[in-house]
Amino acid sequence: MFPRPIQQASRGAQISYQSLIPVALILWLAPLIAVAIFSIKPDTDFTTGNYWSWPSRFEGAANYGKVFFESDMPRYLMNSVLITVPTVIGAVALSCMTGFALGVYKFRGNLWLFFMFVAGNFVPFQILMVPVRDLTLDLGLYNTKTGLVLFHIAFQTGFCTLFMRNFIRALPFELIEAARVEGVAEWRIFWFVVLPLMKPAIAALSVLIFTFIWNDYFWAVVLTQGAESQPVTAGITSFNAQYRAAYHLMSAGSIVAALPPVAMFFMMQRHFIAGLTLGAVK
Amino acid sequence: MTTATLPDTHADRGPGWFRRNRRTLAPWLFLAPGVVFFLFYVVFPVFQSFQISFYRWDGLSDPQYVGLANYRELATDRAFEVSVWNNFKWLLLYLLAIPGGLFIALFLNQTVTGIRVYKSLFFFPFVISQVVVGLVFTWFYDPTFGLLNTMLQGIGFGPVNVLGDPTLATYGIIAAGLWPQVAYCMILFLTGLNAVDPEQVEAARLDGARGVRMLWYIILPQLRPATFIAFVVTIIGALRSFDLISIMTNGGPFGSTRVLSFYMFEKALSEYGFRMGYGAAIAVVLFLIMLCFIAYFLWSMWRQEQGR
Repeated sequence: MFPRPIQQASRGAQISYQSLIPVALILWLAPLIAVAIFSIKPDTDFTTGNYWSWPSRFEGAANYGKVFFESDMPRYLMNSVLITVPTVIGAVALSCMTGFALGVYKFRGNLWLFFMFVAGNFVPFQILMVPVRDLTLDLGLYNTKTGLVLFHIAFQTGFCTLFMRNFIRALPFELIEAARVEGVAEWRIFWFVVLPLMKPAIAALSVLIFTFIWNDYFWAVVLTQGAESQPVTAGITSFNAQYRAAYHLMSAGSIVAALPPVAMFFMMQRHFIAGLTLGAVK
Repeated sequence: MTTATLPDTHADRGPGWFRRNRRTLAPWLFLAPGVVFFLFYVVFPVFQSFQISFYRWDGLSDPQYVGLANYRELATDRAFEVSVWNNFKWLLLYLLAIPGGLFIALFLNQTVTGIRVYKSLFFFPFVISQVVVGLVFTWFYDPTFGLLNTMLQGIGFGPVNVLGDPTLATYGIIAAGLWPQVAYCMILFLTGLNAVDPEQVEAARLDGARGVRMLWYIILPQLRPATFIAFVVTIIGALRSFDLISIMTNGGPFGSTRVLSFYMFEKALSEYGFRMGYGAAIAVVLFLIMLCFIAYFLWSMWRQEQGR
């Protein structure tokens, strides 16, 4: 293990290490902790300039209540859910198939197709912006959640295919060979042999894509406008315009907007990290 | 095909040609939906953007062919020059996320009680959307009540308006961007460190290697895959920077924080008339910068594929 385990160090070093970690953590998360404190302060604290002292009253319930019951926030959250969940399902479904095709079959152009997906995944969004916006307008899907979902599915298929294909490559190929010898149809091999083995990959990809799409801002601004279709990342800016200088409400709103992926991360931590670090170890 | 006329000896029914060729057809059927989606939304648009960059187009009326006029205009556009320079600043400084992430990973790579919780809390900033990171840091930098200035005043320095100062603003935004990026690199290196071969480390220890020499000669070579991924995601993250700039300064003050991705958006979809062609030309330049890196990434991946 590197660095040398702290247990082998002197007692003093151990104690200072143990006390250093929480201090480092508080410094690391300081900007966030500040926002969390803001979000439970009453507005009088801001008008009297009492920014950094202890909250004069605990107003968390009232602040968050306002966010949930007196603003468009619930609608934006709902939009985010309606955009994110179909995208996750669509992108994972498509990439299970493409990953299977590229991982299992040997045919001319296999590697080229694979590299097309990989390269597309690295492309800067801006080169797609004008044509995709135009295409969405032509399809009559501008300013709809469907328009956003379709694009997200297509774009995420690149990353998901890379992920799935490499995962399938690592599966024992003898299983597929055995099934073929038995005369099992190809789609049945996919459905009954390979898909059950891909459950960990599907779980990892689902949490990752959920986070990516929930946090998307660029495409939300390019393809939608207004509370009826915008997700929460874009909605938070209109929310802030509405409550300009009401820092307690803006803080509470930001925390609400950030929370779902955070919750997802803490619930599915193992899958999330397995997905992110795929390929970090040979 | 002559074999097609032979009587079907199989007992089960179904189109004979399909059954016999199913192993060549199957991959294409599995690929079709994904490839069609990807072609229409990602591959074709790249080429369309190249085409649009030769036109003057407001998005409504008919596009008008202007040849290289958009590119010629770019050559004399001050704002474009500023954006390119800022992009290089982003690229260079964003790479600090790699040593930063490695440093925190080394710091946390211990087995003490509660270390798992600490690791996930250190990783936390990466999960938050960049929009919220932008808001959080805007308030952090705020000259009247921000935590940064409160701390600076505590040690006797005057207030600094980071985001209001054209010379500082870009660095302020990059620092905000580094926060989640360092967390990402940290998790990559933690996973990499987990897989370091303990026997090699012990052997090197017996040979007297310690500290920095151990890190450089024994650990880092084993972290190569993690470092490669950290490099890829950091470069892409740096060139994609848009959310933070849009939230924190909206390109200002005086356009000093624009980068290509932001300037392109501003030109193509601004309130002062849509200039799709000019925007596409900016996007093409950004794409060409990215293409150098994409080519390198693909080449490395191709070598790995050959290695298997």
